Amino acid sequence: MALELLKERWSNAVNTVTIGATKEEGGTRTSIVKAGGETCLPFMLNEGGMPHKPVLAMEIFDIAPQDWPDILKEPFKDVYEDPAKWAKRCVDEHKAELLCLRLQGTHSDFGNRSADETAKVVKSVLDAVGVPLIILGTGDEEKDNIVLAKTSEVAKGERCLLGDATEKNYKTLTASCLADGHNIIGESPIDINIAKQVNILISDMGLGSERIVINPTIGALGYGMEYAYSIMERARLAALNGDKMLSMPFICFIGQEAWRAKEAKGPESEHREWGPESKRGPMWEFITAVSMLQAGADILIMRHPKALEETRKYINNLLGA
Amino acid sequence: MLVIGELINGMYKAAGNAIKKREKSVIQKLAKDQVTAGAGVLDVNTGPASIEPKSDMKWLVETIQEVLDIPLALDSTKADVIEEGLKVVKRKAFINSINADDDKLNTLIPIAKKYKAQLIGLAMDKRGIPRDRIQRSELALKIVSSCIEKEFPIEDLYIDPVVLPVNVAQAQGVEVLESIREFKLLCDPPPKTVVGLSNISQGTKKRSLINRTFLVMAASCGLSAAILDPLDSELMDALITAELLLNQHIYCDSYLDAYRKK
Repeated sequence: MALELLKERWSNAVNTVTIGATKEEGGTRTSIVKAGGETCLPFMLNEGGMPHKPVLAMEIFDIAPQDWPDILKEPFKDVYEDPAKWAKRCVDEHKAELLCLRLQGTHSDFGNRSADETAKVVKSVLDAVGVPLIILGTGDEEKDNIVLAKTSEVAKGERCLLGDATEKNYKTLTASCLADGHNIIGESPIDINIAKQVNILISDMGLGSERIVINPTIGALGYGMEYAYSIMERARLAALNGDKMLSMPFICFIGQEAWRAKEAKGPESEHREWGPESKRGPMWEFITAVSMLQAGADILIMRHPKALEETRKYINNLLGA
Repeated sequence: MLVIGELINGMYKAAGNAIKKREKSVIQKLAKDQVTAGAGVLDVNTGPASIEPKSDMKWLVETIQEVLDIPLALDSTKADVIEEGLKVVKRKAFINSINADDDKLNTLIPIAKKYKAQLIGLAMDKRGIPRDRIQRSELALKIVSSCIEKEFPIEDLYIDPVVLPVNVAQAQGVEVLESIREFKLLCDPPPKTVVGLSNISQGTKKRSLINRTFLVMAASCGLSAAILDPLDSELMDALITAELLLNQHIYCDSYLDAYRKK
């Protein structure tokens, strides 16, 4: 008799978040992205479905990247002074289906750019590419509340994904998303209880739970990845078992975390036995991405084109696409 | 835990009058309020005073289904009254209830199969209420065996160990709690368990407190479902908190709200 594998039966699905709005929907995007919707644990396709492929977004900044190693700057060195050109490079050459614009230049340490000036940058990126946008502040609560409110207005109707809202600072951003038709990222510091609380706080203000994305915050390979993994796994199990306040898709900042690791960016001259960083760095980012995919990541924010390409192949292989 | 709202019962004054006068709005409000408060199933009982229980049952089911899409527990001692409800339900219903008497088992299990309904089986028979956990398990096993024999799916069977008022039969509380644990050992997959909670406090002066204390104790024994008053918000809060402490929900500061958003 053939061995029959036991299958889990889940009662609930992960929410599907739609990012981007086309002309017909009141925006100007030429494509949109849907994330989430799983009815099974990651890639357990015999138990349910993954109606939307995990989405790979490329990360760009409103100013030249400040702390990137040369190996990471290399593919963008001729465009990163101009966010619109940088955005176009990601879409045209690296086939990014979603972009993540981080408004680093608004931070007091990096130029303290005003909300109005920043709005122009956002507009220029929206004009340059047709893919949907994720737009992030810098984490400086006071400044973010001013900058992101203005950004939200400028991008009104584009159904962007704005972030991050936290347990202590969610009201202003939620109000902007409600007023201007955007989605929101709720951030929690590798803490499932706070993740759930942030989602409740946001949805209590009237923003539908299908417009919230969880940023569980992650660590790269070697830097606490396993904590993030188990938090995400636990949240996803709860979601599939019916917990509506944890049923949101995950966004993971893969590139940001992977390239913090000295194992990724440390030059070969200092670590001869590690081999060339041109291979090692993208590999570190790729491995971090693969691990987070297995934990349930729905939107992955990537930095190096090679890591992006390999992760895309990996997803297609697993989904048989 | 599955919460079965108990308030649509002709035994209660509000529902009884509404049934008699065919006041749809009263029944519909009772139904909606219970669902909002957390009921996943609504018990429907025409009450002992009903002269036309069959037509009352049909009217109740249709009245509720006009405003809600929710499973109903058709509560009657008479098979024909239950069947009248089964003919019109839109969702998988509960038959509330059968017991371990042969005539009940032989009539109602085939009806449950025919309508693909779930069954609540009381661990009692013609001889009356069981006196301890051993008798309860014997009676439960008789129901389980009969279901297996008649090829009724055990996943759809809920056994009720029969709760008695604490001021009448104080020693029975612990027997009921132990039975909830023991019923799970009767077969694999095990039958589910259910209690008619309010009975525990019948005739006492602290009904709500006794109800919620017993419910929490039963939850920790692994009770699957309870027929109760979901509008007792302290009772519901205690249940949600018990499930939290049993690691069935993920904690957050607003866990009571979170549960209610389900």
